Amino acid sequence: MASAPAPLSAPAPVTVRVQAEDFDTAAEIEALSAGRTDIGAVVTFSGLCREEKGALSALELEHYPGMAEAEIRRICDEAITRFDLQGATAIHRFGRIDPGDRIVLVIAASTHRQAAFDGASFIMDYLKTAAPFWKKEHLKDGTARGWVSAKDADDTARDRWTQG
Amino acid sequence: MREVRLVYFAWVRERIGVGDEIVSLPDTVVTAGDLIAFLKTRGEDYAAALEHENVIRVAIDQEHVEHDEALGSAREIALFPPMTGG
Repeated sequence: MASAPAPLSAPAPVTVRVQAEDFDTAAEIEALSAGRTDIGAVVTFSGLCREEKGALSALELEHYPGMAEAEIRRICDEAITRFDLQGATAIHRFGRIDPGDRIVLVIAASTHRQAAFDGASFIMDYLKTAAPFWKKEHLKDGTARGWVSAKDADDTARDRWTQG
Repeated sequence: MREVRLVYFAWVRERIGVGDEIVSLPDTVVTAGDLIAFLKTRGEDYAAALEHENVIRVAIDQEHVEHDEALGSAREIALFPPMTGG
């Protein structure tokens, strides 16, 4: 006996933006969750520019236009599948960023909290190690300290998602 | 010979001195690693930028690849340092 095909659930929305402008965290949470009754948990991560004990004047963030968006989208799509998320948003800024300013926003929505925590953490770990962005530090004394070095700790954080 | 567009970022871009360029590749350049070795013969700036080959990351048509990846019919190849976003 033929059974009716299972109803297709709407694909979980993924929003990815790479922009010079600041973003409104509350508005992004609202955009992701408004009108939804299937979401039970929303986890938000905000990355801010540290002042590095008063020495830092600003960060200069360079990115690879096109690939930056594509790579973050690949990471979000993987997180949606892996953690069965109900939606994800990732926004990353480029250009000059002053101490205290927002750099990155990740929002993960799911039915229950653990998937939302894990999803946001997974997206950030891969974003830091695979999304093509580079930070250069400018100091208050007018010198450029130079390009920030990649940290082994970031690779370690990423690798825990592929271990047993 | 074939022509590809190369793009560079962060300190790779600064040391080479340009952000992007069209380069003719000899047929002996097959993999991403071959490309890096070839570029190092183009002058001191390239040799300095690509001195530590194993830290140089490569993307072919905006997707990460390992150094043993064949370039194939790549249109755009990017070379850059390890990423530090987030």
